[in-house]
This record gives sequence, C-alpha cells and structure tokens, in this order.
Amino acid sequence: MKKKFIILFLLLILPIKVFALIEVDITRGNLNPLPLAVSPLSIDNKSKKSFEKILKKENIGSEISTIVENNLRTSGLFNPLNKDAFLQAPEIANLKPRFEDWNLIKAQALITGKVTYVDEKLRVEFRLWDVLAAKEMMALAFTTVPNNWRRVGHIISDKVYERLTGEKGYFDTRIIYVAEEGPKTQRKKRLAIMDQDGANNKFLTLGNELVLTPRFNPTSQMVTYLSYFKNLPRVYLLDIETGTQEVVGDFPGMTFAPRFSPNGKKIIMSFAKDGKSDIYTMDLENRIVERITNHPSIDTSPSYSPNGKFIAFNSDRSGYQQIYIMKSDGKNVKRISFGNGIYGTPVWSPRGDLIAFTKLHKGKFYIGVMRTDGTGERLLTENYYQEAPSWSPNGRVLIFYRETKTNSKGEGFSAKLWSIDLTGYNERLVKTVTDASDPSWSSLLSN
Amino acid sequence: MILSKIFKNTLLVLASCLVLTACATKKVDTVGGQMQSDVYTGTDTVEYLADGVPDRVFFATNETVLTTASRETLRAQATWLRKNSNINVVLEGHADERGTREYNLALGERRANSAKDYLMTYGISSDRISVLSYGKERPVDAGSNPLAWSKNRRSVTVKAN
Repeated sequence: MKKKFIILFLLLILPIKVFALIEVDITRGNLNPLPLAVSPLSIDNKSKKSFEKILKKENIGSEISTIVENNLRTSGLFNPLNKDAFLQAPEIANLKPRFEDWNLIKAQALITGKVTYVDEKLRVEFRLWDVLAAKEMMALAFTTVPNNWRRVGHIISDKVYERLTGEKGYFDTRIIYVAEEGPKTQRKKRLAIMDQDGANNKFLTLGNELVLTPRFNPTSQMVTYLSYFKNLPRVYLLDIETGTQEVVGDFPGMTFAPRFSPNGKKIIMSFAKDGKSDIYTMDLENRIVERITNHPSIDTSPSYSPNGKFIAFNSDRSGYQQIYIMKSDGKNVKRISFGNGIYGTPVWSPRGDLIAFTKLHKGKFYIGVMRTDGTGERLLTENYYQEAPSWSPNGRVLIFYRETKTNSKGEGFSAKLWSIDLTGYNERLVKTVTDASDPSWSSLLSN
Repeated sequence: MILSKIFKNTLLVLASCLVLTACATKKVDTVGGQMQSDVYTGTDTVEYLADGVPDRVFFATNETVLTTASRETLRAQATWLRKNSNINVVLEGHADERGTREYNLALGERRANSAKDYLMTYGISSDRISVLSYGKERPVDAGSNPLAWSKNRRSVTVKAN
C-alpha cells in the first residue's frame, strides 16, 4: 500500500532561472485570476494503447491535463483557457511553443508535456512557459506506476502553483471526513477518505457505530477520531494503511475532540467527567497521559501552534464559549476572543500567524480568522450553520462543513463540505458522494 | 422642579418599555404553550419509564440548570428506581444543533451529570447510573426552530438492563 504512494523522481531537469514576468497576486484572491493554457499532454500511439489497456482511459495525456486544469481553476488564482481556442497541437507545443499563438488567446503562461509508457511505468515530462517573455520557466519529469496517474496531475499542479505564486501547493493531498446518510434524527456516519479533488473516495468504517471528528497526523498516514464503539465514546487511533486501530488512553469516561501535535507524537483531546471537560495529552511513544487544564468549565477543541509551544482551545469559563491560548504545559492561560458572540473550534494555521474559528452571533454561524493575540478578526463566510474549519497544508484555504436549515416539517436537511480562500473569496462546494461533515486536510503526500 | 418632571417622564417611558419587552418576550416564549423561557414544557416527545414517571428533562439554551418541573420528574424517577433496585440506568445527555459539535458533546455530558447529581441526592447510588453524551448527534425533532431545539436539549433516562 505504502509503495503505491511513492512517486519516483527518476529524472529531474532543474528549473532554468529566468526573470519571470508572470506574478500571481495571492493577497487579493480571485479578483484577477491569471489566464493560462494547459495544453493536453501529448502521447504517442503505442503508449496511448498501452495505457488504454491498463487504465481504461482513452487518452491519459488529456486526463492528466484535465486534473491540472481543474486544480488550478479551483484555487481561484488561475483561469485555464478553453482548449477549443488552442492553435498549436500538443505534440508540437511541447517541443517549442509558438508564443505568438498563445499570446493571441491571452494566455500568460502555458503548460505543455508528454506522456510515455516505459518499462511498464508511466513517464511524464512537463514544461511551464512564460508566454510574454517567451521563455521556459520550469521543466520536470516523473516516472511512476500507471495507477498513480491522478497523483501525477496533482504534483504537476503543485509545482506550477509553487512556481507562479511562490507558495507551496496543496493539490497532492487528501481529505478525511465523516460521510453521512439517513434521516437527521438517526444519521448513519462513516469515516471516509478522498483525494482533495473528490476522486478515489473510500469508506473506512461500516457505519455500525457513530464516528466523529477524524483528524490527520501531519507527519504520517495515521488518523485520530471519536468512535461510539460499544456505546463508549472514546478517542481512537487508526492507521489508514493497515486498518489497525486502538483506543487512546484508558479514561473512565468520554474522551473527544482529538488532534495531533505538529510532530505527530502526541494526541491532545478532552476528557469529560462529572460535568466538566478538561484537556489532556497522550504521548504515543511512551503512552504517558498528562493533564493540561484543570477547571470546572468545559475546555475543549484544543489545537497546537505549528511549533508545538502553544495550545489554542475553547472554554466557557467566562460564562460562554470563548477562545483561549496557553503554553503547551497549560500555563499562562489567556483569553483572546473578545468580539460579540460566542467563539469555538480554534485551529492554528500551519503558517503560525492566524487562528481560524467558528463564531455564533445573533443566530448566524461564521467561519473567521484572527491573529494569535485575538486582533484582526476577519469573518470569511456567514450561514445558518457551519463550523469546524481545517487548513490546507499551505495555510491558504479552509475547508469546513455546512448544514442546511430544515423546513417546518423538519425536511430538507443536508450536510456538505465547503472550502474558502483565506481572503474570503472563492467559496466552493466540495463535492462528495454522500453528505459530509468534519473534514480534515492532510499534509502534502509528496515533498 | 422641571428636572424632576423630566426624570419622572423618563421613568414612565422606561417603565412602558419594560412592559412592552416583557410582553414581547412572553409571546415568543410560549410557542403553542409548549415552552417557558426557552425550556420545553410539552409532552410530545416524552416517554414513560412507568406510570407517572416521565423519562426526560429539558434545559434552556446553553444551560444545565434543572427547572422545577425537571426536579419533579427526577424525584419521580428516584422513587421508581428505589422501588426497582435491580434496574440500572443510562442518562443520555443531548444538545440542540446551534452549537459546535465538540462543545455540544461536553454540554450533553454536563446535562446528564446534572440529572445524575439530582438522582444521587435522592438516594440513588452512582453505581446504578452511567452517563452518555450524544451532543447534537441524536435530535428527536429534525426542525430548525426554537421549539424543535427546546425538545432536543434534554437528558433522557434509559433502562440499562
């Protein structure tokens, strides 16, 4: 299973340094997405036939370029142009683009490439061109098992995104979430995992027991989540490659709201007993459990800062849910949310400078961000019900879930995943095969 | 003299404001006569552990305090449990949908414990009571309105054996 995810970088043509004229302004979101052309990857007839046999895809070259196109469009920063307008054939464009032709359709950047079938492997080379400067910006090649073709598309997207924005991409990633079915009063919930673009969906549990709040380990293919197995709500640890799982710690009551520490070595969670909930950690190597907060209030939804030195959490110790931060040993507890309304689910950005949160004010739910000292609050989206933001690994996009209001008969309930850019632009429905909630974004699979 | 007149008038205005708000609040609070200051007082969803022993108590938004009616229900449960000493119970705590999932899990636990504490003060051993929170996961009413939410903010006493 593990081997499947390893992409072999057999040949690496280093990017040639040029003075790129293209610059994507990533501070404003999608106001002016950069027009670019993704030419279908060219493919020779023999390779085409081989892949058609193995992958049941008529033209794997255009399939991969479609993945790249969709990823770049979804980011809101790029505007991939319609292929019908392309004047140059893929195989010729890949050798030497006729820049006047691409300039004519207003493409500022061009992606070309070639797929071949070599020794039962899939070999892809691609190039990124600056159309205005008439220069190559980047050239790379990968070789991998044919089944990894979608990941090749995601890796190309990440490389292009990084080259044009200066930030790491987030396309070669997966989302773990809770798949939901059935009536609102008796929802059946299963853990599910999919690629960031919704492909390769897979259910990880059968739905016999209620499962909630899965979260990725940032450093491995482990997941922590809450399961009501045998009607005992407890935090579990699941290895998604082997399917093995275990209860985390030995607590005489409900444990919930789990998350990994940034180095993946600890789980932080809440333990509820006698009407109070406190925050605990368990070291996954030596199994030592530590109590972090000790207060008669409800302390929950803990999230580490990326350097592991601080913890953000929400507590109702002031009377209502508010966001607090403290040192990782539980000292120096400080309230940071002071706006109108109640605040929950703080999640520290992977960049470290922001905390995403859910806010409830005057009957509306908001997803927002604030600085780690509580200043600079920005509300990104307002709705009837939405919560539980999770950051893309580059700290650029938030994914969360939204539930609809039912009508007077209690009909019309649905739960869906949505994503939004940090700037508040580019809000998008993330398509899932069933209803969905509690999304958690993985780290980049290849690095 | 004039000052005191102004003062009086202001008081009058203030007083009428108070009366008006009181009326407004009352109207909202008695949806179909099934709610009192945010707490469900109807019987639509209530089941019975035995004759005259309702199985559930209701809470105000974000609250875990037991109302007079809730305490009465729990006293009836305690009497019934004393008579049936072979029966153990699970107190299932719930929250409405207007909160974050994780906080609601804790809130449901706190509500069930609030009921548990009361049963214990009426002589029921803690060995016979376990607590299970469902947060907002198992509403009885699928509606998105104050009445539905009030039915869902509850602690339900369920026979464990």
